[in-house]
Amino acid sequence: MRIWDFHCHMAGPALPGATPEEKARHLVAVAGRMGIERLCLYMGTRFLADPTPEQLREQNDEVLRAVAACPDRIFGFVYLSPQHVEASLAELERCVANGPMVGVKLWIAGRCNAPELDPLIHRATELKAVIIQHTWFKAGNGNQPGESTPDDFAELVGRHPEATLVCGHSGGDWELGIQAIRRLKNVHAELAGTDPTAGFTEMAVRELGAERVLYGSDAAGRSFSSQLAKVMGAAISEGEKELVLGGNLRRLLKPILETKGIQA
Amino acid sequence: MMERSHDPAPVAPGLSRRRFLRRTGALSLVTAAGASQVRPEGGEAKGADAAGGSLVDTNVYLGRWPFRRTVLDQGEALREKLRANGVTEAWAGHFDALLHKDLRAVNDRLTEACRALDPALFRPVGSLHPGLPDWRGELDRCVEVHGMRAIRLHPNYHRYSLADAGTEALLALAAERGLLVQIAVVMEEERTQHPLVSVPPTDPAPLPEQMGRIPGLRVQLLNAFRTLRGLPLASLARRGVAFEIAMLEGMEGIASLLREIPVGCLCFGSYAPNFYFESAKLKLRESVLDETVSEAVRSGNAKALLA
Repeated sequence: MRIWDFHCHMAGPALPGATPEEKARHLVAVAGRMGIERLCLYMGTRFLADPTPEQLREQNDEVLRAVAACPDRIFGFVYLSPQHVEASLAELERCVANGPMVGVKLWIAGRCNAPELDPLIHRATELKAVIIQHTWFKAGNGNQPGESTPDDFAELVGRHPEATLVCGHSGGDWELGIQAIRRLKNVHAELAGTDPTAGFTEMAVRELGAERVLYGSDAAGRSFSSQLAKVMGAAISEGEKELVLGGNLRRLLKPILETKGIQA
Repeated sequence: MMERSHDPAPVAPGLSRRRFLRRTGALSLVTAAGASQVRPEGGEAKGADAAGGSLVDTNVYLGRWPFRRTVLDQGEALREKLRANGVTEAWAGHFDALLHKDLRAVNDRLTEACRALDPALFRPVGSLHPGLPDWRGELDRCVEVHGMRAIRLHPNYHRYSLADAGTEALLALAAERGLLVQIAVVMEEERTQHPLVSVPPTDPAPLPEQMGRIPGLRVQLLNAFRTLRGLPLASLARRGVAFEIAMLEGMEGIASLLREIPVGCLCFGSYAPNFYFESAKLKLRESVLDETVSEAVRSGNAKALLA
């Protein structure tokens, strides 16, 4: 079974290495031990919730170095911010249109239902980039000010039905997140970055269809194991597991990989 | 990754040196926390999950989680999953213990369920609550009627502190009766809890002193690693508190953890059926461990806890 991991980071103490190159090689080595063929990597060697334009560039530079170190194993996603639209558009051109990156990462600098995001989504879609938007429904309204909910995500999707958008973490509280996006037929949900609570994958497949669910780990902060287990331990068919573990991501990335002449 | 001090752990008061060493795995395994426990990257990547031998799961539950049905919350399904994955012994509590007041009935049901499912596989771990009337009688019953070797506490769901006098009395009596005390630190992370049931993690801060004060006290923390790390973790490990890996996160989590605590402290635990069993099993592959370390985590340390 070919496994592609949709969600990896270099930041945090779990990943050793003094440079992006060292971190990338270590990440790839452990992923290989777990049978993971390809990794999508975004953001730099530290987590910056609301980066300045300069910091965005630095973060993306670090990912470019990681991609260069492991070009056959790592796909880079460009980190953008709705707080800095012009700078983000420039990063899109530099890293995706004119660089090796194949996707876009949007985190918690601003909620994704804001119209400032529209030009970024529009241009990313022109470039056939896959877009992941972090989402969470945190109990007790515990979201950070710029942290999107799946409801925010649904608004964004409504304005951009042609975009390839992925609901990051399926909203964290996945029983709610999946319900918030299940009526949207053009979005995907990812399994990354939550506890390996039984039932997550089964519900996602039941409500969305296996072809709209993506495996991701959120390594190195999360273990590959706890996240792979969500699929390997799920009561779904082998064919559905193949889709979730890599088939769907290969399908989503195919247009931009072909544009860039990348064999995968 | 910062590494912790490699100072040898002191012998916990109340324990014989031999018993302490056996508990911390120091007799037959690696003594001090450090890189020697972990095979360097680049060597043959044989994961520990490929190793044979027994697998003792110290953290499973029977019954239904109050807030969700899961595929394995029927005992037969859980039994088959555990058997298929080579589990030879599963220490089982019961989800009813979280919210039910009649723990005697819960413990009776648990024992009967274990007996009916597979008495060689499931070891019942009775739940106690030091705030309930006649908890001493129930503790006696766990030992004398059910033959239990361990009990399980859920202080956060039962809303008491480990520092309470009643808790201390329970820990003392458990030690006197030779029982292992499992204490659940977390059952569900706070960000996803039902709005009517907001439960903070159990605070294990009083435990190091209690381990020193209460002769023979044996404690294992369950689901501890979502919230426990750093100095508090090291302090507990030095006192001989045991842990399990169900909520251990981070890439190569076991190998990283064993740079902070002695290998003898760490047991296998899945938290099935609430967690996918495969999560814990795969962690044995993600960290490349020496065979002796792997065996200790898989089963040796758990067996020593009940020796």
